[in-house]
Amino acid sequence: MKKTIITVVGKDTVGIIAKVCTYLAENKINILDISQTIVDDYFNMMMIADMSIAVKAVSEVSDDLDKLGKEIGVVIHCQREEIFNSMHRI
Amino acid sequence: MININEVLETNKMIEKENLDVRTITLGISLLDCIDSDLSRLNEKIYNKITTVAKKLVPTGNAIEKEFGIPIVNKRISVTPIALIGSAACKTSEDFVTIAKTLDRARKTVGVNFLGGYSALVSKGMTRADELLLRSIPQALAETELVCSSVNLGSTKTGIDMDAVRLMGDIIKETAERTKEQDSIGCSKLVVFCNAPDDNPFMAGAFHGVTEADAIINVGVSGPGVVKNALESVRGASFEVLCETIKKTAFKVTRVGQLVAQEASKRLGIPFGIVDLSLAPTPAIGDSVADILCEIGLEYAGAPGTTAALALLNDQVKKGGVMASSYVGGLSGAFIPVSEDQGMIDAVNAGALTIEKLEAMTCVCSVGLDMIAIPGDTKPSTIAGIIADELAIGMVNQKTTAVRIIPVIGKTVGDSAEFGGLLGHAPIMPVNPYSCDAFVNRGGRIPAPIHSFKN
Repeated sequence: MKKTIITVVGKDTVGIIAKVCTYLAENKINILDISQTIVDDYFNMMMIADMSIAVKAVSEVSDDLDKLGKEIGVVIHCQREEIFNSMHRI
Repeated sequence: MININEVLETNKMIEKENLDVRTITLGISLLDCIDSDLSRLNEKIYNKITTVAKKLVPTGNAIEKEFGIPIVNKRISVTPIALIGSAACKTSEDFVTIAKTLDRARKTVGVNFLGGYSALVSKGMTRADELLLRSIPQALAETELVCSSVNLGSTKTGIDMDAVRLMGDIIKETAERTKEQDSIGCSKLVVFCNAPDDNPFMAGAFHGVTEADAIINVGVSGPGVVKNALESVRGASFEVLCETIKKTAFKVTRVGQLVAQEASKRLGIPFGIVDLSLAPTPAIGDSVADILCEIGLEYAGAPGTTAALALLNDQVKKGGVMASSYVGGLSGAFIPVSEDQGMIDAVNAGALTIEKLEAMTCVCSVGLDMIAIPGDTKPSTIAGIIADELAIGMVNQKTTAVRIIPVIGKTVGDSAEFGGLLGHAPIMPVNPYSCDAFVNRGGRIPAPIHSFKN
């Protein structure tokens, strides 16, 4: 499994999750888990996604999501899971 | 499974606290390029660097994007050129042609800096070593991003005072040759005692002769992350303080380890070491001096500074060592003046002097770094400052270094502008009394005794 972590941070508005999920579905990226929280009035969402059968490379998806985030006024990052595992798990 | 708070913590470190991988440095051995014909030697050097390092920058950029962690510099270090050029170079000008080749190769592969225009003369100089030393001013003035370093002493050999005295002149001449840009040439030149073979940081990086043909070394950085973590434990005991630094250093180093392994895998080049250094930049919030203030000092340089720095340096190592499978390089807190806004503020406030900085270098890496001094400082005085700093390294069995910039045409009260990562620096006063008779004696300082420690 090729896991990536997608984070969305910004002011809450209608349809953020819908737009991100639509993009992921179109690119054959499977969502394994979603969680969200509010920090300092900002909407924070995290998705764990599986990119094993994704049509694009992580770097390309990262660029696309960055662009999509700008369109809807939020910041979207797509990062490989290893960076978080290495920092927070021994 | 990773939870949202952990993810947000990591991303906060990257976005708000300047966590980054400071450098991926590719060490390349040039020993197999040695040739007695100068033009053939230059051609072989160019071909080897541009072949081995071809994929370094694109690979670094790809890792940066996939993991979402900035990798600020991609650099190359090579075998000390005094060794590589010794068969072919008959004059200092011959050595300068190699510097130009290195700069050309660096440009082709697109790395930020190339280090290794170096000589190792801790016990004595060969003819080639001396030619290289004498070529440094011209080489640094006529190339853009080639860095030079000279190892002048070690705990096992003592200090080569002839070379120290010569470097006083060389540093001054390098300053003269680049006086239009505030003597910036000197920012690319560092002298060492106990220079490590695997240091990924500039200007002192070179690829030691004990290393493999090519190797990946990584330097991490995160002064801002440590400072932010310490904000939450203000007023707490030393135990809590130390635990917080250790945990933070662990997290920061794990990122470096991950990037190093990934780069090594993709480039097919073995992973060497992670350098556990806290390396500041002139950016606000990316300062080692600010950490010292957060520990409880009004300014870096106040009484207590050496103790605070000793504690910081030790905890960073303790946290970092467990996070990485191989640790090396300089590994400690850097205290450059021009590259750290907190240090600059301390100098401007009158809290920090060269003498205090010298004391601080006894407990951290790496030495008197990026210090601007008056342009009319005598070469023998510069040699004296170097000798003092190297003596600290020699006796304490640690690496020490001097990267000092006599800014031609400027004096105390002025400021030197270097730009970019090198920052700017107020000119610091130097003790005006002479050491001519000391540094002009000639010969070496013998190696220190290793027993009877008190």
